[in-house]
Amino acid sequence: MASDGGVSCLRRSEMMSVGIGGIDSPPLDVDEVHVLAVDDSLVDRIVIERLLRITSCKVTAVDSGWRALEFLGIDNEKASAELDRLKVDLIITDYCMPGMTGYELLKKIKESSSFRQVPVVIMSSENVITRIDRCLEEGAEDFLLKPVKLADVKRLRNYLARDVKHSNGNKRKLPKDSPPLTLSPDSSDSSPPPSTLSPDSSDSSSPPLSPVEIFSSPLLSPLDDEVDDVLTSSPESTPSLVRRQKMRSPGLD
Amino acid sequence: MDAHVAQLQMQYRNYILSLYQQGFLDDQFTELKSLQDDGSPDFVAEVLSLFFDDCVKLVGNMARALDQIGTVDFCQVGANVHQLKGSSSSVGAKRVKGLCINFKELCEAKNYEGCVRCLQQVDIEYKTLKAKLQDMFNLEKQIVQAGGIVPQVDIN
Repeated sequence: MASDGGVSCLRRSEMMSVGIGGIDSPPLDVDEVHVLAVDDSLVDRIVIERLLRITSCKVTAVDSGWRALEFLGIDNEKASAELDRLKVDLIITDYCMPGMTGYELLKKIKESSSFRQVPVVIMSSENVITRIDRCLEEGAEDFLLKPVKLADVKRLRNYLARDVKHSNGNKRKLPKDSPPLTLSPDSSDSSPPPSTLSPDSSDSSSPPLSPVEIFSSPLLSPLDDEVDDVLTSSPESTPSLVRRQKMRSPGLD
Repeated sequence: MDAHVAQLQMQYRNYILSLYQQGFLDDQFTELKSLQDDGSPDFVAEVLSLFFDDCVKLVGNMARALDQIGTVDFCQVGANVHQLKGSSSSVGAKRVKGLCINFKELCEAKNYEGCVRCLQQVDIEYKTLKAKLQDMFNLEKQIVQAGGIVPQVDIN
């Protein structure tokens, strides 16, 4: 897994020059669906990544709206649209995120000429009608209530696959209010989009652990970078013990 | 050997059922189990491990925030509760999630004593769950070592 700040995949341009040490990954099949998942929660990122992989999607998971924009190349003008153009078929993002909310990310994506046609799905743990409406009005494709289940992701996958399989002509039948979108991979994009390193590929460097060992051992190292990016964390866990003692008698020092 | 495996498997089934019946786990945990397969045999263990690391961090953050007696930032506490509620929901940690729902209300009400008590409960609850799941994984290991297959448990 690439440790470049919470992005679990390599850009195509990076792949060309780096050559992923020994791993002979075939170029991403243009018919394969590539999903960008955005969530500040590491647990949720792992789960959504798994859900998407099971439904045969390639997944890039990032921990913030800013990283998503960075990944897409939207945030900087200098990114050449042709060179860095990534094939992203779906963006699925959490709503409540520090810094940039999923709603704000949605707006930025819809303002981008390169990516406004990519369907954006919002996830939220809260079933707030006004929130849902606001997102749909801004152009979100769908709204999923967390915790997300396989059935939810399969539903998304189904209406994407129809467009990806068929070439340019077909437009998806959308719910009444949304504008028609064309999702077909651009034939002018001759270079293979980046493939995603599966988390499993990082296991080659260490012996496989049993569930019991995984469960009782400290966090596996490849994920450390993401954890630091996500939470404002304290390196020690002992403060909780100290604090507990203090908490029993609040007000006393 | 077979009788031993069968006994372990029954023990395992009963244990899992009890975890659901006692409200430790809900159907999201079932969902996670269904995502595990031979290609990703440790998926549940990995996710739960990350969840418990989350618990340690977030509880630590909340404890520190609540320690600022007189100047407690309840928004900050609430933000951490929100995160914990989210991840507990995603792994099916039903009791932890339930506590977080109460906790959120206490933060909104800026109820200091309530928050302190609730945090203590959260601390106990996630550690209890962790121990229970540790036992569950141990049982799985025993079954496999005895030459058996870990049964799928139908909780309905």
